[in-house]
Amino acid sequence: MEQFEIKAYPALWEGLGMEVARFEKSRQMLGEMYRKIYLSQPNRPAGMGYFDALMAEIFGGRIEEMLAVKRAGRPVVGTFCVYIPEEVVVAAGGVCVGLCGGSQGPIPDAEKVLPRNICPMVKSAYGFKAARICPYFQTVDFVYGETTCDAKKKTWELLNRLVPTHVMEIPQMKRERDKALWLAEVRDFKAKVEEVAGAAITAGELGAAIKLINDKRRALQRLARLRGKRPSPISGKDALLIEQIAFYDEPGRFSRKLNELCDELEERVQGGLGAVADSAPRVMLSGTPMALPNWKVHHLLETAGAVVVNEESCIGSRYFKDLIDEGPDRLEAQLTALTERYMQIDCSCFTPNDERVEQVLTEYRQSQAQGILHYSLQFCHTYNIEEIKIREACEREGIPYLAIESDYSPEDTGQLQTRIEAFLEQIREAAC
Amino acid sequence: MLIGIDLGSRAIKLVALADGAWLQSEAQESGFDPRRQALAMLEKYPASRVVATGYGRHLAQRHFASEAITEIKAHALGARHLFPECSTILDVGGQDCKVIRLDRAGRVVNFQMNDKCAAGTGRFLEIMAATLGYDLVEFGAAALSSRHETAINSMCAVFAESEVISMKNAGLPPADIARAVHLSVANRLAAMLNRAAPAGGPLVFSGGVAKNPCLVALLTRQTGAPVLVPPSPALVGALGAALYAQGA
Repeated sequence: MEQFEIKAYPALWEGLGMEVARFEKSRQMLGEMYRKIYLSQPNRPAGMGYFDALMAEIFGGRIEEMLAVKRAGRPVVGTFCVYIPEEVVVAAGGVCVGLCGGSQGPIPDAEKVLPRNICPMVKSAYGFKAARICPYFQTVDFVYGETTCDAKKKTWELLNRLVPTHVMEIPQMKRERDKALWLAEVRDFKAKVEEVAGAAITAGELGAAIKLINDKRRALQRLARLRGKRPSPISGKDALLIEQIAFYDEPGRFSRKLNELCDELEERVQGGLGAVADSAPRVMLSGTPMALPNWKVHHLLETAGAVVVNEESCIGSRYFKDLIDEGPDRLEAQLTALTERYMQIDCSCFTPNDERVEQVLTEYRQSQAQGILHYSLQFCHTYNIEEIKIREACEREGIPYLAIESDYSPEDTGQLQTRIEAFLEQIREAAC
Repeated sequence: MLIGIDLGSRAIKLVALADGAWLQSEAQESGFDPRRQALAMLEKYPASRVVATGYGRHLAQRHFASEAITEIKAHALGARHLFPECSTILDVGGQDCKVIRLDRAGRVVNFQMNDKCAAGTGRFLEIMAATLGYDLVEFGAAALSSRHETAINSMCAVFAESEVISMKNAGLPPADIARAVHLSVANRLAAMLNRAAPAGGPLVFSGGVAKNPCLVALLTRQTGAPVLVPPSPALVGALGAALYAQGA
């Protein structure tokens, strides 16, 4: 099997005040895991080379780029949610980065403080900061949290003791008065970013940022369309990785590289070449996000012979399905257009949120999937409860369906494997 | 001769079929080395084809089985063979419990399994029985003899044990406590049945836990319909695997 290593930058980490010895172990483990899960895949597109290289630099090269931005006096903002408008940060010449929160390692650190029975993503994120084992957390000027769930909003109060944490109030309904609140929150966010940048954002800058991030979302939409072809030209694991890296990479370069990959995938599609055989059951995922390096369910599915063709998730289509109107050229109108786009996000934290059920069915058809796997992180009440409506819709439409609830620990792998294999048996029988 | 072997968390079960008829079956504890245990069991049979199921199915496939199918498919095949009218299966084994819903043709249309927690499984009952000083047969019989109607609250094996100890110390008779444990398991299983198979229909109860007469009685009461229990409920998965070997 190919060699792979996530590059070590001990001096850089030391400078960031990290727990270097411990982090060094995570670096080795993540590299080994990546090699086993990713580089063992047959028939990968050549364009994945860029993303492999980015993974190799994820704890170093990319951090250095961000530090350079910071040294230039531009804001570096850490977030956990697709509701935080990254266009505003980009307009100020800064970097908006999704923070670490996808692995089991720091959960025991978090549980020294936080209750055990809350969302693993929230615990993982808090633990990464508390244990000082995430270079991104150590690099940001501040964290911008949101109020999408109770575990998050209360944890931000505690996280604020470790790193400056600002909170954007996300309303829970989508009425006119909620839109007004949201627009006011976007203005507050802009003011905070401008304060760090020491300069006001101009309409020209915001317009360019909107275009840049729209381009990133368009490239991801293109990837999603290509995965909808039969046979799928790329594995679900590779596509998930790209969707995860979308939160880390420099947006312009990311879009360029992703479009190059999509050119290659288009050639594959024209030649009828797939990453897997056309007989592989096509599964769509729906539900809570899978933050890097949470590849657990995709790996189980694809090891069992399936191919994942879509993620209806925040790290997935919910991040890129909507674009901002590029027409307005005055600041107020731009902010309104931006808020309108963000209000289309169909997160389960809203009530009602029936447009998500429709969105799931639409993506199911577009991706030519043969079954839906609903994934919910443990203790994510809103997704866990909304799952009932997704299940009912699947029953109505005769769509093979499996719901799983899991966290980052490997202890339920055996049970998940049984369920996933039985689900694939079900899809294969339905296809006969 | 066709063999179905079910490598479960607590026991290995084997069913041998010849000319479509049930020839022989046996069950052994899984032990520390399930592969060796399974091989020792298989040695006695001149099998032309072995299909494995259960937690150890992949281990079996790496070493001796020609194919592996999941417990869900195996139980569907086995239960349908024993009870052709069956539309829902409740399988409760050592480590997990599942509800499987079948369509008219016997294909799996939906299934639900417990999460990583052992609540409501055979292992949970074993721990509770041990806490009360019963073996499994006495445990079911004692629960059946009691008229106690209050379930224990906790479904976590660790917390349930504390709850059982409090009940013992409150002077409640062991048979009533046994009944309380059974009531809580039956409630949980009934809720799972209701979620995965609200339409009802003939229900087959399989897996080793189906040998427990009190649970059968409580489930019959809870679902308001007869619960079909095979003569050897623990062997349904192995039978399904053997039938698959025959059909494939």
